[in-house]
Amino acid sequence: MIETDICIVGAGPAGLSAAAAAGEAGASVLVVDENFKAGGQLFKQVHKFFGSENHKAGTRGIRIGEQLLDRARKAGAVFRLRTLAYGFFENGVLGLYDMDSQELGLVKAKKYIFATGAIENVLPMKGGTLPGVMGAGAAQTLMHLYHTRPGNEIVMVGSGNVGLIVSYQLMQSGAKIAALVEAAPKISGYEVHARKLLRAGVKMYTSTTVSEIKGEDQVEEVVLTELDSDFKPIPGSEFSVKADTVCVAVGLSPLTELLQMAGCKLYFSKVLGGFVPLHGRNLKTTHDDIYLAGDCSGIEEASTAMEEGRIAGIGASAEIGFGTDKADELIKQAQERLDELRQGPFGDRRKSGMEEIFTEYEKGAWA
Amino acid sequence: MTNLRITEHPILDIPADTKQVHVYFEGKELLAREGETVASALTSYGIRAFRTTRKRHEPRGVFCAIGRCTDCMMTIDGRKNVRTCMTEVKEGMQIERG
Repeated sequence: MIETDICIVGAGPAGLSAAAAAGEAGASVLVVDENFKAGGQLFKQVHKFFGSENHKAGTRGIRIGEQLLDRARKAGAVFRLRTLAYGFFENGVLGLYDMDSQELGLVKAKKYIFATGAIENVLPMKGGTLPGVMGAGAAQTLMHLYHTRPGNEIVMVGSGNVGLIVSYQLMQSGAKIAALVEAAPKISGYEVHARKLLRAGVKMYTSTTVSEIKGEDQVEEVVLTELDSDFKPIPGSEFSVKADTVCVAVGLSPLTELLQMAGCKLYFSKVLGGFVPLHGRNLKTTHDDIYLAGDCSGIEEASTAMEEGRIAGIGASAEIGFGTDKADELIKQAQERLDELRQGPFGDRRKSGMEEIFTEYEKGAWA
Repeated sequence: MTNLRITEHPILDIPADTKQVHVYFEGKELLAREGETVASALTSYGIRAFRTTRKRHEPRGVFCAIGRCTDCMMTIDGRKNVRTCMTEVKEGMQIERG
């Protein structure tokens, strides 16, 4: 059995940030991730980040990933990649599966930080299981990690920031956006991204949905239908678009299986992506030895994930006696940066969602 | 033949000298790139249908590309139900729809 002070599951922005913080506090840190590369979504984000200088605005995700990985390594974090954290058991032990050797192993950590991320939502559509229908994030993964575009003619479903940004990235990779479809009457992401696409001549259809995806054994044609103000299809309004790929960008859901297995209580938050582990401002769950950070604590973005990771990393370490002298001050600074990130029309909603979770957690009714 | 490789990109640095790896899809030799997944190698050739569902015999392919949805599973070197989006290509790898 491997013993460590802190064990982190997930080497994305939240996990890496937690690893750096915990390592710098002096704790021994083990990071587990099933991918063969660390970095999670950061290495897929070729766009520049927003916010202020404090939030690494203007820097591309891929660079932030490199810096963070380097910082976590320098802080002494040990990485076990290609390793699946398959279960959390009653005695506080995490089960590991080495995907190469196919051997099982166990970890006993004093504190755990789960930074397991999220999965893209599925949109039920007729023909929606045909090869060529994929998450927008999947397209991003293929393009930016493996330099392969998913297809040549794309229908993007969803006009949130993911839909808009990935559409632009698909164009940068040489694909054509045949249509961008949004069921709501207006584009839901930032105008700055939408304008970029409009300038490039992308056809955007609001109040429109996909009624059918056609093709023999892969996507060949997408039938779109206009929607009325009650989101009901308008008969006779169908039109067809030729495409080989449909990208679905209709939100994400937190990946909470491990947390559930550990008995962490969940709380439903529509604005944060569904069932989210109940947690406090310090990112501690209802389990005394488990913290969480990043999208599994509620869907936000890489910038907030990194701040959450930092708070969890510092807090978990301090709880077992590492870096206690500076912990409060460092956490306060990170929380201030988080507050700054949770501003504006999008941030405000997430902030109130988080506040609701904190309030519920502080009530302690789950204990 | 379909080629979905990105050769030019305004931001990404695409190295021209990435080591090539030979893999075999249903016996046919394909050129993959070291460090990529089986899923991306097949996608680059325009291969989208990775498997067939057992009951209704419907085609399935990559959906999430992060190892969660399991729609992209194939038989690799005789091992069934391997997630191709989580599996790095290796020289001589045999990939079957299975």
